[in-house]
Amino acid sequence: MKPETEVELAELLQGAASPVRIKGGGTRGAFGRVTGETLDTGGLRGVSLYEPGALTLVAQAGTPVAEIEAVLAERNQRLAFEPMDHRGVTGAMGAPTIGGVVAANVSGPRRIQVGAARDFLLGVRFVDGAGRVVRNGGRVMKNVTGYDLVKLMAGSWGTLGVLSEVSLKVLAVPQAEATLVLSGQDARAGVADLCRAMGTPFDVSGAVWIGPGVVGEEAEQRIRVEGLRGSVAYRIARLAEAVPGPHRIVEGEESAALWRQVRDVVPFAGGDAPLWRICVRPTDAPALLASLQGAGVAHRAICDWAGGLIWLSLAGTSARSDVVRSEVSALRGHATLVRAPSAERAAVAMFHPQSAPLERIAAGLRARFDPKGILNPRLMDPA
Amino acid sequence: MEMPVPDAQVVARKPDLVARLRRVLPADAVIDDPAETRAYECDALTAYRCAPLCAVLPSTTQEVSRVLAICHELGVPVVPRGSGTSLAGGALPTADCVILGVARMNAVIETDYANRYIRVQTGRTNLSVSGAVEADGFFYAPDPSSQLACAIAGNIAMNSGGAHCLKYGVTTNNLLGVTLVLMNGEIVEVGGGHLDAPGLDLLGVICGSEGQLGVVTEATLRILPKPEGARPVLIGYDSNEVAGRCVSDIIESGILPVAIEFMDRPCIRATDDFSGAGYPDCEALLIIEVEGSEAEIQEQLAIITAIARRHDPVELRESASAEESAKIWLGRKSAFGAMGQINDYMCLDGTIPVNTLPLVLGRIAEMSRTFGLDVANVFHAGDGNMHPLILFNANEEGQLELCEALGAEILKLCVEVGGCLTGEHGVGIEKRDLMLVQYDAVDLEAQMAIKDVFDAKWLLNPAKVFPLAVSAGRRG
Repeated sequence: MKPETEVELAELLQGAASPVRIKGGGTRGAFGRVTGETLDTGGLRGVSLYEPGALTLVAQAGTPVAEIEAVLAERNQRLAFEPMDHRGVTGAMGAPTIGGVVAANVSGPRRIQVGAARDFLLGVRFVDGAGRVVRNGGRVMKNVTGYDLVKLMAGSWGTLGVLSEVSLKVLAVPQAEATLVLSGQDARAGVADLCRAMGTPFDVSGAVWIGPGVVGEEAEQRIRVEGLRGSVAYRIARLAEAVPGPHRIVEGEESAALWRQVRDVVPFAGGDAPLWRICVRPTDAPALLASLQGAGVAHRAICDWAGGLIWLSLAGTSARSDVVRSEVSALRGHATLVRAPSAERAAVAMFHPQSAPLERIAAGLRARFDPKGILNPRLMDPA
Repeated sequence: MEMPVPDAQVVARKPDLVARLRRVLPADAVIDDPAETRAYECDALTAYRCAPLCAVLPSTTQEVSRVLAICHELGVPVVPRGSGTSLAGGALPTADCVILGVARMNAVIETDYANRYIRVQTGRTNLSVSGAVEADGFFYAPDPSSQLACAIAGNIAMNSGGAHCLKYGVTTNNLLGVTLVLMNGEIVEVGGGHLDAPGLDLLGVICGSEGQLGVVTEATLRILPKPEGARPVLIGYDSNEVAGRCVSDIIESGILPVAIEFMDRPCIRATDDFSGAGYPDCEALLIIEVEGSEAEIQEQLAIITAIARRHDPVELRESASAEESAKIWLGRKSAFGAMGQINDYMCLDGTIPVNTLPLVLGRIAEMSRTFGLDVANVFHAGDGNMHPLILFNANEEGQLELCEALGAEILKLCVEVGGCLTGEHGVGIEKRDLMLVQYDAVDLEAQMAIKDVFDAKWLLNPAKVFPLAVSAGRRG
């Protein structure tokens, strides 16, 4: 199924009686547990409105991210939430779409400074599971007219509706960027440094600790600032004082390359070894890594978002989901299984189970928006 | 403004209701004397008043839970109230409701500088959240004009913004977690000190739901390190159109000031007379503020003033001292007070795409002439959030209705050019009946379905947000 218009999409879902797997570019690897006929949104394509002076862009959901980035680059603007490209990690061949980015609320290292995909999403059009076309939000920066279904749709992985159009806030590409690189700190000291950097007024736009044996023998820390040239030079120098230790400063394209590597989790690309994406409070990251090590979960780790986002790559084929989820639950965080061998994927819920009332509310919302239970069924189920 | 007919059966049960509430709350936390409930008869939308059945002032999440469970069982509507500063009537009672005020719940529960958050009870005022972390060099970014008085509970209910959200975002972008009490009394934790949701982004839909999904009793808020310094520049133009183009050019240049405020001639004149800010005599005034170290401020201002000069300003005033900065902001910050001195006014809140500013200001001026009511404009230009102030005389028969009619026309215009009815004040009762201008029946049905799931009996703040005819079947 590949609708070419929103009307066709609505007709398809009105008539659909059995499950559909919703596919944008097919790069997010979310199909482990979903069966059904594929609904390809690639026919809904194109940028329908772009106003650089108003920092807004409206696109059909199936538009490739690359196409949008090219349009923005012509006016020196960008998607500031720095969406990750999952292809390296999932091994998929497709082209990521903006609908996929929104549906999975995909953000990158800059999320700690500017917010997530959901924070840049100004409006949506979508077709729910009964084939009803729903609009919410719009294309202006501030909008509190009625409930915010825009946020709800971001990260709903297609389970409440199939996105047909999204409108986004975009930002200018800054004049300059620079990254402070330090090495050799263990997780505890490294994350403490990152948190200290985040507590300065120097507007850090990326803060990552990369564990030993990931990009080099030793652990490495990277702290990024972006902005006007003079300002970047000033802030990176002040940060070097705030976070003492031997360091080097890299700028421009060299700095950008370091962050593409973090954004796309390049060190953990390839193969099907279990890969977790874990969100905790930044200062809890070192303790979590230690307790997992103590429980015999051998791993390599990248702690982005000053420690708040842990990419955990496991040796072997087992995702060790019981241990990982219980340790993460103890810290009140959540762990998403992004990649695993297929048998493990089928057995382990992709998303972290939530409290009973939250699961009940989520189930209630799905029953309302997808009364036939046909949109990526089971994808977000707790078990 | 139409409100639902109070449920006579609920009103008749008042003695039983009050007795049961007294059993679960301290004696002074249940207010049922009509002389005292009058204090809760309206919020900042003072044109509409109605005393509630009673008011309760719980001190803990547990007490909120017990109150809601009782009201749920007895089928009594509940209207949550923060500080009562809503300009949209969000906390307006009905005669058959219990007002649930969170004012006594104002404690700081936890501050965590390493993870950059603060957890507070939601009756705490917006400004006192920043106050709690200020000495350590941090602040809470959303800054609604009412920040001295308004409560975090209301900020979350309305997804409040402020002058500085061009850079820092609105409440929803700074909210990490909440404790939510559902109408049946159930206590739910959503989010926390970490980022992103493990499942559906319920936090995103709770924020801005105008107290209709649950009562938020505690909130985890993002705090940020204070910038090293800030400085405004004042720029005057002889036409709204040119000022609008200047705003657009600055934004496109890649500079992101923390605030871009816009005032038109009627507003400039009134505020200058009132405050003595010394504003120039011109058609349009911009106040643009940037942040950073001294060198960073100068770097940004150099670019901004170069763009501003290309548009041939009648005045360009860079602040050279803290005193001058305060003077530049003085008129803007006293704008609403100034308007209140000369007239009654109604403050609108529509948002428009930034590039339609000149068109919209021109059309508002035409409408103002047609209706015979003056309109002054003061607003957040960087994000297109307008605040047209319609001046009228509340003591003159028919003027309120005329003012409301003009307000409705202006909001319809905002939607027509691609904007929305409300950017930061909320729908409440004020814009409730205009919702079908922006959304169709299917769009509203989808929103109401959310409330069905959270509050199946539609007891929480039920007469707000959705046109009464549209929600009639659900309100029972």
